[in-house]
Amino acid sequence: MISEEIFDVIIVGGGAAGLTAGIYSSRAHLSTLILNEGAIGGQMVLTDEIANYPGVEKTNGYLLASIMKNQAKQFGCKIKSNLKIQAYYLEEKIKRVVLEDGREFQSRSVILSPGGKPRPLQIPGEEQYKGGGISYCATCDGEFFTGKEIIVVGGGNSALEEAVALTTYAKKVTIVHQFDNFQAFQLAVDQAKLNPKIEFIMETELRSFNGNSVLKEVSMEHLPSGLITTKNIDGVFIFAGYMPNTADLEETIALNQRKEIIVDSDMKTNIPGVFAAGDCIAKKYRQVTTAVADGTIASLSAAEYIRS
Amino acid sequence: MKMLHTNVQEIETAAELEKLITENDNVMVCCGRMGPMCIPVYDLMEELEEEREDVKFAVMSFDTPEAGIIRNDEACRGFMGLPFTMYYKKGKVAHATSSIQNMQQVASILDAQFSVSNVENA
Repeated sequence: MISEEIFDVIIVGGGAAGLTAGIYSSRAHLSTLILNEGAIGGQMVLTDEIANYPGVEKTNGYLLASIMKNQAKQFGCKIKSNLKIQAYYLEEKIKRVVLEDGREFQSRSVILSPGGKPRPLQIPGEEQYKGGGISYCATCDGEFFTGKEIIVVGGGNSALEEAVALTTYAKKVTIVHQFDNFQAFQLAVDQAKLNPKIEFIMETELRSFNGNSVLKEVSMEHLPSGLITTKNIDGVFIFAGYMPNTADLEETIALNQRKEIIVDSDMKTNIPGVFAAGDCIAKKYRQVTTAVADGTIASLSAAEYIRS
Repeated sequence: MKMLHTNVQEIETAAELEKLITENDNVMVCCGRMGPMCIPVYDLMEELEEEREDVKFAVMSFDTPEAGIIRNDEACRGFMGLPFTMYYKKGKVAHATSSIQNMQQVASILDAQFSVSNVENA
């Protein structure tokens, strides 16, 4: 089912970068469609408080995303969410994006801003015990583990900070990390090490989650020795970093080793008429402000490409 | 007082929930907070509301004492992740899930629990 309309710009992803590109493109009177696989706002809605977005003293991610969404809509941008993209055909002058439900959309240019997502461990039992002992959000689910023993997986800022926060509820928190040192800021590491409820298991990875209707036990491997052990546990919080949502683009567009889209300073990818912005691109810093900047540049570059 | 900033109808009391599931054959209620695991579910409910006229969609704040009607439901025993999402058929709990769910997961539950063939067999 091919849409008859050929859009000027199709934007894949509705996070800060995608919504900004949507605002700029639609305000420039380019017919614009945002195709978004998840919730509008992307990683931004995961942030409870945003206090460093210039011009806004304090807000939350959900509110900021809602405003951006409404701005884009007011300028005429069409938004379709909660869908699944099956295939991209980007090499031709008229580009096509095909959805899993058979719908197909065409455009003169494409801006890829699919963002990132929490990195799952992808080990047996993870999906089965999600919500039954496995969580990815301490703020959401911490209280369910009051007086219980839990594991936090990861060694970055999120893992260390959330482990400290979880000691408010849990009687014991064990941080399991694959390396022999942490990637988190020293302040976060120090706070975790000073907390008497926190223990550390280093150079170790979880291998499986086991239980009945709820999680009861994990098995883990000590990487240097290969020794597999099991540990009785009430819950596991996973903070193993983020990965770009580019799995569907691997055959289509140039990615680096971290599966991030390679762009130049104008957000151009290796394919003419295809641009990328936000957390999915190869860059050092990932903030709402940098995503907004990427989205702006990508939109202006797409407009220039269409006019040329 | 409404606690959830969504575009889906918010239920504030247990009585309102009872009324909703009594007056509607197929009801989906998402009980959560304005957090990262819950917002994506509210968002997809908003989308589904336009497509699924056979289902009544509503949200309820997890933190209101009135939400005990969901928190303490037998179907939620062992749940340790927000949101608690309830599917009611003809006034009774047909299905319940814990933690974030995607569109595909929710749509397949709606199809399985509220499909026409299911109604005929009920």
